[in-house]
Amino acid sequence: MDMAKLSKADVTHVARLAKLDLTDTEINKFLPQLSQILEHVGELGKVDTTDLTPTSQTAGLTNVLREDEVKPSSIDQNGALSGTNKTHNGYFKVDAILTERSDK
Amino acid sequence: MKIPLTIKETQDGLIKKEFSAVQLVDAYLERIKKYNEEYNIFLTTSDEIAYSKAKKFNDLDQYTEEFFKENPLAGVVVGYKDIFLTKGIRTTAGSKVLESYIPPYSATSVSRIENAGAIPIGKLNCDAWAHGSSGENSDFGPTKNPWNKEYVPGGSSSGSGAALAANMSLITTGTDTCGSIRLPANYCFSVAIKPTYGAVSRYGVIAMASSLDTVGPIGRTVEDVETVFNVIKGEDGYDGTVVNSKFEIRNSKLRVGIPKEFFTEGIDPEVEKTITLGIEVLKKEGIEFKEVALPSTKYAIDVYYVIQPAEVSSNLGRFDGIRYGNGRDSFGDEAKRRIMLGTYVLSAGYYDAYYLKAMKVRSKIISEVDKVFDEVDALIAPVAPTPPFKLGDKVSDPLTMYLTDVYAATANLCGIPSLALPSGFSKQGLPLGFQLMGSRFSEPALFELGKLYHKAIDYVPKVAF
Repeated sequence: MDMAKLSKADVTHVARLAKLDLTDTEINKFLPQLSQILEHVGELGKVDTTDLTPTSQTAGLTNVLREDEVKPSSIDQNGALSGTNKTHNGYFKVDAILTERSDK
Repeated sequence: MKIPLTIKETQDGLIKKEFSAVQLVDAYLERIKKYNEEYNIFLTTSDEIAYSKAKKFNDLDQYTEEFFKENPLAGVVVGYKDIFLTKGIRTTAGSKVLESYIPPYSATSVSRIENAGAIPIGKLNCDAWAHGSSGENSDFGPTKNPWNKEYVPGGSSSGSGAALAANMSLITTGTDTCGSIRLPANYCFSVAIKPTYGAVSRYGVIAMASSLDTVGPIGRTVEDVETVFNVIKGEDGYDGTVVNSKFEIRNSKLRVGIPKEFFTEGIDPEVEKTITLGIEVLKKEGIEFKEVALPSTKYAIDVYYVIQPAEVSSNLGRFDGIRYGNGRDSFGDEAKRRIMLGTYVLSAGYYDAYYLKAMKVRSKIISEVDKVFDEVDALIAPVAPTPPFKLGDKVSDPLTMYLTDVYAATANLCGIPSLALPSGFSKQGLPLGFQLMGSRFSEPALFELGKLYHKAIDYVPKVAF
């Protein structure tokens, strides 16, 4: 099993995947800390897990379903929007994710 | 007035008209006002809501035995870990991301506790997002241990333990993903149950690691913790993992296992001694003990530090600053570390080596634990390797901090319940105790053992000042 040493590029890559903007100081602080933790959990590589099925939860339940109904106690639109001031006509306001094409 | 320390004392006082519900709220708020700045236990108090609820229950003539059967928590002042959503009351999860978030609904456990008559007094400090073992990861500053303010109260439900030791609340709530209910109870001389996974709904509790998170009460006696547990347990239709169990005691003669892997070299002699004495006490009460082997539990903390960050990275993905809260730049260091660790173990090339491997070792630990519960009804173990440690001691070394929970992880990985019990004090005057783990849905057996133990040692609830 490959437990390659964590590099600065790995930390930058992971931060990008997790949408965290890290400063260089932060990267330099986190790199040795994360390496040390990964080295510790890397002990798991020693355990023989042949023929074992992975456990993702312990409830022992699968596909717990219910009718998809609106209940009177459901949160109304104002309630749903109450966590932010950035609203417009009853919608959440977000930053634009598309820009106009410059090659037209 | 002298504040009563248990639900029974509180309700007896109300029946005898020694004080009113409003006077109780006065007394708690007075203490909070006096000591909170020094100990940083409450992040928010809900004075108005507390008084309006207390006034509703202020007619002393209504307090009869019958009334308390219908309202088992009437007159009981409760503080919630600030990770439980409370409609109309700020809920921060101990993080600057949610510093001004006011939820539009309440957690199921909050609603159930209040429907049973409890009076909500406020929201308790905790490690941000419940990430921590000392309370020092709170973005609102660390909570201090009321038994000695140079020491940590245990985390992540730091305020929930400290509020009991400082006599600022009669009961509190906490969440336990890897010891976060049991550790503060242990470090603050309180009783707590980390319930079976699937016994109590997590609806309205900010998620940390969803396959491990549990919700439970902290109080000063086994009876009080059992009362609150019975109020909050059971299906609500909003958490698909919860089932209505019968919670039966399997055997009339309870047997307890001593897993030798939980008594290794890292354990503090005073922690070990208090457990040895506890075993002697319970033996005299007719409880049978036997040594058992759980060889793979030595990997529990490593399994936990793969699975938990993986689930954290997913759960904290929703905090985008659009629908509620501030943006992701408001996350503190510990949240950032866990998000990155989790993202890493789930990322292409590392998933099999870390995440899948950890899920398989988890299966191995579960099968060993299940097998042992064919032979015994409970397992006795330390909650943490040492008594409370000093503020600042582990804060700059995340790995050392993580290892505080080395004995806590097994119960969460296996989804089994664990009762944390206070047993006494160290030479330095710091709280000591231990945990009793049981098979899934065996809470009543753990409560029986806890009551038996406390009766035998003439346990009396205590507050630090």
